[in-house]
Amino acid sequence: MTPRILEIRKNLLKRNDEIARELRSRLLADGVLVVNLVSGPGTGKTSLLRRTLTELRGRGFRVAALVGDLATDNDARRLAETGAPVRQITTDGLCHLEAAMVESHLAAWAPGPLDLLFIENVGNLVCPASYDLGESVRAVLLSVTEGEDKPLKYPTLFHSADVAVLTKIDLAEPCEFDRAAALSNLAAVRPGIPVLETSARTGAGIDAWIDFLLAARSRLAADPLPGR
Amino acid sequence: MHELSIATNLISLALEAIQNKSPALHTSAPRVDQVTLRVGRLAGVDAEALQFCYEIATRDTPLAGSQLVIEEVPAVVYCPACQAERELPSVQRFVCPECGQPTAELRRGRELELTCIQLVEPDTVSPPAG
Repeated sequence: MTPRILEIRKNLLKRNDEIARELRSRLLADGVLVVNLVSGPGTGKTSLLRRTLTELRGRGFRVAALVGDLATDNDARRLAETGAPVRQITTDGLCHLEAAMVESHLAAWAPGPLDLLFIENVGNLVCPASYDLGESVRAVLLSVTEGEDKPLKYPTLFHSADVAVLTKIDLAEPCEFDRAAALSNLAAVRPGIPVLETSARTGAGIDAWIDFLLAARSRLAADPLPGR
Repeated sequence: MHELSIATNLISLALEAIQNKSPALHTSAPRVDQVTLRVGRLAGVDAEALQFCYEIATRDTPLAGSQLVIEEVPAVVYCPACQAERELPSVQRFVCPECGQPTAELRRGRELELTCIQLVEPDTVSPPAG
């Protein structure tokens, strides 16, 4: 009995990566910065995003959000209160978003000309790491209430991020948040990662976050990179 | 848990590859022996969960009963100080193991690649031994 070997060498996520690359270059060419927000559940993605949409609209930018959720449209309804176009992607139990979902929802939606598009991923620190959604900025959120060692527990996701946003910073003291440990853990899994400290409730650090996004947008619009 | 999506992707890629390279083998009884997948240390995939999902997802496909072989690819970074690629002993610490220089430049370790498929020629299949 002679076994026969077929050499294949194919990336399993090739299709996702191709769709993501195409989305990224098309959107950047249109001047749209896509931001993928990833974190565990309850970190405050929706609160940060709500504040971000409001602030950016106040500064005259055209913004919209795609919101991934396992089952409910609660987050999308909260975000729609900002007046920005919001579209829900219900994943029906799927633990992450994929580039094809973003592509098809964008095609069916037409939110008008945009400057920034936010994608709120499903709250999950594992699965979203593997799926490029065509974003130019992947922001990972870490709340002061959830433990400074999260980056060490989920290095794959934290390593894949372009920026880390510490959320609920107004609760740092009551939670005895160890800032030095959190920063050192973030730097251990992703040396050089920019870290921004924010509170969606008090507004602390929101300006710096907005400035970071706008700087990224100007930089990438001037010199779009082919792929990540 | 996205290993089921990964397993499903793997199965359709494998079937497509078998169809392209060996059309006669696509249709009848299970003749696929082994499917080999390279999984990077930072691919975000749990090998044990993937094995479990593979077994379930291959049922009623020409891959039923085949073995999934997972080859782990270590995380390799580029150290700008040493000007060399270095394998990371731990993905919790992105520093050069030789000189201690922090580096985020990942060169390998995100692979999720179907490398090869081992088939058994239909007329030479022998009953399982022992």
